[in-house]
Amino acid sequence: MLTLQCPYCGVWAEETELHAEGEAHLKRFGPDSDDADFESYLFMRENPKGVHFERWRHASGCGKFFHAARSTTTLEVFGTYSAQTLEPPKDIKDKISAKYPGWSWREFS
Amino acid sequence: MSTRLATGGRLLNKAKQVTFSFNGKQLTGYEGDTLASALLANDQMLMGRSFKYHRPRGVVASGAEEPNALVNLGAGGKFEPNQRATTTELYDGLSATSQNHWPSLEFDVGVVNNYAARALPAGFYYKTFMAPAAAWKHVFEPIVRHSAGLGKAPKDRDADRYEHYYAFFDVVIVGGGVAGLQAAKAAGLAGATVLLMEQTAHWGGRAPVDGGEVDGVKVEDFIDATVTELEAMDNVTLRNRMMGAGVYDHGYLLGYERLTDHAPAVAGLRHRLWRIRAKQIVTATGAIERPLSFAGNDIPGVMLASAMRDYIVNFGTSSGDRVVVVANNDDAYRTAFTLKIHGLDVPVILDSRPNGGGPLADAAREQGFRVENGKAIAKVKGGKRVTGVEICNQAGEGAALEEIACDAVAMSGGWSPVVHLWSHCGGKLIWDESQAHFRPDPDRSPTSHDGKPFVVTAGSASGPLKLDDVLVDGQKAGEAAAQAAGFSVSAAEAPKGEVHEEAPLVPCWLMPQGAGPKLRMKAWLDYQNDVKVSDVRLAAQEGYESVEHTKRYTTLGMATDQGKLSNINGLAVLSDALGQPIPATGTTTFRPPYTPISMGSIAGEARDEVFQPLRRTPIHDWHEANGAFFEPVGQWRRPYCFPRGSESHADAVTREINQTRNSVGLLDASTLGKIIVKGPDAGKFLDMMYTNMMSTLKPGKCRYGLMCNENGFLMDDGVVARIDEDTFLCHTTTGGAERIHGWMEDWLQCEWWDWRVYTANVTEQYAQIAIVGPNARNLIEKLGGDMDVSEEALPFMAWKDGKIGAFDARAYRISFSGELSYEIAVPASQGRAFWDVVMELGKEFDIMPYGTEALHVMRAEKGFIMIGDETDGTVIPQDLNMQWAISKKKEDFLGKRAQLRDHMASTDRWKLAGFETLDGSVIPDGSYIVAKGSNANNQRNVQGRVTSTYYSPTLDRGIAMGLVHGGMNRLGDVVEFNKVDGSTVAARVVDPVFYDKDGEKQNV
Amino acid sequence: MSEAVSALSGAIFEGFATVTDTGLRGMITVRGDLASKDMGAAIKAAIDADVPAQRRVTAGNGGKVAWMSPDELLVVVDYATVLDTVAKLNAALSGSHTLVSNVSDARAVFEIRGAGCRDVLAKLAPVDLSQGVFAETEIRRTRIAQVPAAFWQTGTESFEVICFRSVAQYVFDVLRLSATKGGEIHHLG
Repeated sequence: MLTLQCPYCGVWAEETELHAEGEAHLKRFGPDSDDADFESYLFMRENPKGVHFERWRHASGCGKFFHAARSTTTLEVFGTYSAQTLEPPKDIKDKISAKYPGWSWREFS
Repeated sequence: MSTRLATGGRLLNKAKQVTFSFNGKQLTGYEGDTLASALLANDQMLMGRSFKYHRPRGVVASGAEEPNALVNLGAGGKFEPNQRATTTELYDGLSATSQNHWPSLEFDVGVVNNYAARALPAGFYYKTFMAPAAAWKHVFEPIVRHSAGLGKAPKDRDADRYEHYYAFFDVVIVGGGVAGLQAAKAAGLAGATVLLMEQTAHWGGRAPVDGGEVDGVKVEDFIDATVTELEAMDNVTLRNRMMGAGVYDHGYLLGYERLTDHAPAVAGLRHRLWRIRAKQIVTATGAIERPLSFAGNDIPGVMLASAMRDYIVNFGTSSGDRVVVVANNDDAYRTAFTLKIHGLDVPVILDSRPNGGGPLADAAREQGFRVENGKAIAKVKGGKRVTGVEICNQAGEGAALEEIACDAVAMSGGWSPVVHLWSHCGGKLIWDESQAHFRPDPDRSPTSHDGKPFVVTAGSASGPLKLDDVLVDGQKAGEAAAQAAGFSVSAAEAPKGEVHEEAPLVPCWLMPQGAGPKLRMKAWLDYQNDVKVSDVRLAAQEGYESVEHTKRYTTLGMATDQGKLSNINGLAVLSDALGQPIPATGTTTFRPPYTPISMGSIAGEARDEVFQPLRRTPIHDWHEANGAFFEPVGQWRRPYCFPRGSESHADAVTREINQTRNSVGLLDASTLGKIIVKGPDAGKFLDMMYTNMMSTLKPGKCRYGLMCNENGFLMDDGVVARIDEDTFLCHTTTGGAERIHGWMEDWLQCEWWDWRVYTANVTEQYAQIAIVGPNARNLIEKLGGDMDVSEEALPFMAWKDGKIGAFDARAYRISFSGELSYEIAVPASQGRAFWDVVMELGKEFDIMPYGTEALHVMRAEKGFIMIGDETDGTVIPQDLNMQWAISKKKEDFLGKRAQLRDHMASTDRWKLAGFETLDGSVIPDGSYIVAKGSNANNQRNVQGRVTSTYYSPTLDRGIAMGLVHGGMNRLGDVVEFNKVDGSTVAARVVDPVFYDKDGEKQNV
Repeated sequence: MSEAVSALSGAIFEGFATVTDTGLRGMITVRGDLASKDMGAAIKAAIDADVPAQRRVTAGNGGKVAWMSPDELLVVVDYATVLDTVAKLNAALSGSHTLVSNVSDARAVFEIRGAGCRDVLAKLAPVDLSQGVFAETEIRRTRIAQVPAAFWQTGTESFEVICFRSVAQYVFDVLRLSATKGGEIHHLG
């Protein structure tokens, strides 16, 4: 059972306090978008073995949504960070690079 | 025979006799006994029957690894099956019965399976039950059901209490043997908070039985001194009768504490499950001795050499008078010595190693033991008890050289570290050739959230078996764990254990080495599931090369003991049959729990009235006191109806509807979600949330709105009231309050974080009561207060704050019934008082409360949709003819893009319509509208389905809403709904608004 | 105004620790920019307290204020003064984008008092309640068994638990079971 540190309230929360909220950094496509973009926004998800970026909510806590970078195989957590960002912060990307040189995930690497 | 000795028994309090019963027989033991030792003391070697062949079985081990001695324990609400006699502490009044036999343990009819064993090989069930299908139902299943399972399932409600406990430590050490104690001391001295848990009631593990000195004092004294030291350390917690059940991600560890199993008469909890987070875990879980695989190794009286030693030293109990010792290692010689010291006979020590043992063997010869090198047991003689053994050469095929009479056999095939907890969360193993066992590979530990190792092994669990090595390893492990947990450690010398030289063991996976099929068929690997050497070889022969497949095919290691004794022996046999080295075969997966834990402990407090949270409105008590029949709505219980006397629910619903439509009814609507949305961008935000335009709503007014997800599907609905320029109050469905609040926060926090909007879920701040019916206004006016609720002052779809009676209230002129209706919100703390006043003053109008069923029927009569009835997560508002609620002016709202997709815009979608059966009957719930022809599975084609169907008291006939291909274009068509009995009922497609089509009744 | 009643009307259970429904409490959710001058002034004006730091509770003459999230506070006052306090907060914050909402009636408050109070809570919440780890002035939002809740220390041997009103009976029941004699742990105290 995972523990993640909520970047908003600082609590090290175990999974039972949290709610998984799916993939991170999705870009919303609205009414003007074409079918391909909309399909990818709505349906296409990563399913990596290794580095992954997710959204979580500190549901039974401060209620805030946040991002987490972790490995799906070792469950190593590279970091949690603000939901109000469009990409993972550099220090977290560096930490991943140290462990998984040459990693990539969607447009990030 | 097995009996109580005059000597030994260091754990017994011989001053205190304990009375217990086994299969109804009254027996006595001592305080400090286990059930197994007390049974042995009473010459009750036979303790159970095996699972498949019903072979008579005696106790083999002395601890958690015991496969045979499983009993039913207790009675009634305290009954529990499959309890290991070896880990059951004896108490006064204990009542146990043996399992898996009929009519008795001594005479068991099921033993015919034993004589048919040749016909029940590995994979018997797989092979037999291939065909025909019908045989399953009528032949196989009844037989299997009758014969399956060891113990009996409890019938009564569990009478005990259980709980969880969340605990946090720097270092948790599992296992209170000398390694664990030493590790705890090392970590404790470094300053770490430490929990040391031990599954038995005693500290020190096997060391006191094996003997020796530490720093010049007897190991028992060393243990006592160490425990005393640890008890004095504030940062160290000691807990015995607590097992490390499982190790999980990120340092999560389950500790299973058995508080009163040893004294059920004591009031209090039975089990407590510790849900621990540890920075570092030290597994000092020891090692388990392996049986040897020879013919008849399951006959009662054949035991592990170490266990036999335990019973003498710890419990003063012999397992037999004449014991043959058979081993491939030096440690078993200690059993021979112990037997002799306590006055028992050892006719021969069979050492399977061609060159025999080391110093211990020499000592044995000096003491006059007959020691035979390179010799083995060809077969054990006996039925319900060992009567003798045939001796042969280990190198040969089993030709008997000699027969020796004995009534017990002490066997030892070497020791395997208990690697379960290490392995649960990904720790890897390496094969240690010199000890012939798998041990933890310290370079491949389980890793935690920081990517660093979080489990260290200590003592025999690491591999070393000798006292001096074990202490050094324990010290090292404790220091390493403390350091990894962030404490600075100044490395200290471990106490010096007495050094005993031992000759290396020689692996012995089959005895004798060349045993033929006949012997292999009687050489047991897994005692509990009756898996023999021959079964594993057969599996290999039939192509089961993976150890995981072989396990499932033969059921090796799948019994309640999870193969603690059998796994290594089994995979060695498999490796041999496959002609590959043991590490190439590998082990099966170790999964928690280490030994079975009670269901009660898993449930913790979550049972009976607190099995799950039950949400109550401020008026719940009134409903309960007034005979409400409740239905669950989310975690709420809402009154379905309020039956009077012997009135049926249907009659109650009809009465409630007629009263409401004709005069006035009352509904507790407190459960509806209420979310405040406030800020300069609140209107813009709600325009995105709802399909409707909410930003144009005027303060003081209400608007019904729809919410869709990004798939376009309708997910919630409710009335939005604009409180002021910046503030809206959004009502959600009862089940949707938390979900919709989270949904709003999701978009505000993660997508439009620059929009200036705050939300607050104030659902429970208010008791909300709907006063509904033509007399609603008359009643509210009678209640008094300063609020003008006239049509002019408070028209339909408006709201207002003010006093109603003595209450601060907000009244919404909204209607879900089609009647004149006020939903009145008052502070929750006054909800009950308000309800009481309304009921009292409403007597004049025969007021009565109505429940959710009347609500449902009345809304269906009006053709109002219900989330969860008309919607199921695949329905878009357009399917429900609700284009009127979808703004065409808005560029965007959640779900808009999806509703433009081909399939969503298709004219082929099933759409909402009303239905009236031609015969006036009620269409069954869940009915489909059948179409011509049938599909590939020979099922009738369908063209729609019912979504809401009720008897309408107002119209005195069945009414329904449903989705049908073509929707309202089909008006007037007659369609057929299927019924459970296979027939159909004809219904006409009609307008779904059955009652007051022009809304004259609600808009007054 | 009619007499207002708390969810369990002062229910009490005496086990190895005592669990009590403390009655109605004034509670106000305040959302806004916690670092702003306006917010500081508003909290000062309302209860003469400072805006608390992350996960802290500060106290003033008129009551307490707890940090709920980076943009949310909970102001706690006597039930009788809650409407006045709401008015004060609204007045002080009228110029800025904030949300002030009286949530007093949506809540229940229980006190756990006695030597085993930490253990009572530790049976139900996945939180390290060790002395020295859980701060005296800390508020922790978490779950109690299966429902969201928050708690803080009110003394060396007492805590207060805040939950939603609808689950007051559930929370009281699980606290009662936790505090029942025979379940003492003597670990955290």
